[in-house]
Amino acid sequence: MKTSLALLSGLLFGLGLAVSGMADPKVVQGFLDVGGIWRGDWNPALAMVMIGAIPTTALLYRMAGDMPPPPSREITRRLVLGSALFGLGWGLVGICPGPALENWLADPIALTFLLPMLAGMALARLVPAGKN
Amino acid sequence: MSIENLILPLVGGVLIGLGAGLFMFSNGRLAGISGIVDELLGRWPARWPQSLAFIAGLPAGLLLWQLLSGRSYEITLTHNALLLIPAGLLVGFGTRLGNGCTSGHGICGLARLSPRSLLATGIFMAVAIAVVSLKQALS
Repeated sequence: MKTSLALLSGLLFGLGLAVSGMADPKVVQGFLDVGGIWRGDWNPALAMVMIGAIPTTALLYRMAGDMPPPPSREITRRLVLGSALFGLGWGLVGICPGPALENWLADPIALTFLLPMLAGMALARLVPAGKN
Repeated sequence: MSIENLILPLVGGVLIGLGAGLFMFSNGRLAGISGIVDELLGRWPARWPQSLAFIAGLPAGLLLWQLLSGRSYEITLTHNALLLIPAGLLVGFGTRLGNGCTSGHGICGLARLSPRSLLATGIFMAVAIAVVSLKQALS
């Protein structure tokens, strides 16, 4: 039961990424290209996704009650550096992990991103944890 | 602004939120995609069937949308491997170092008002905006 509901959760999530256009790197880059606000061709899709997703998630989390505690409460160098490196890669091609796991179905060239992404994740396991 | 620009992303966002909420209700877990994938890259934990099921649901979601919309999903993506490979490495490495991606920090973390996630989201958004703007300026 837990496994089928996990599958259904992923299905809803993946459907949302597809419906919203988030699986298309061009839509994501159209949002990140904020110069478009002045040029008049900015794509607000990602902002709309956040407006739909965050309150829905917040409401359901509140209803769910007990939640696992955050892994850490500290602001670490890992958090700052990791997020910056992620932003660099994300900006370069417009794909983040969720879309990467589904948009190879639309264009198999995306596997040229997905496989290095998995390698990068495995590589990060080599960085010792601890207070850094 | 067309309906595709506004309404579909909003509906998609709500669906993403429903998926994240259902994962919390059914499994008591956050729908942080990079973290779930990462679990499956190491020694598989006892909850691997649920992690794998969630991840398998993602491509199934794209197929379902193709079925519902009656057209094949089209994306526009660079075919330059010299861009795709380093970008993939950076996204994989960065999300694990920073303990979360657009889903874990940007949606789940912000939904529960985590200060760490707010900072992480601000950083990866700002850097990605800078990169895209720079590319735009150079082209």
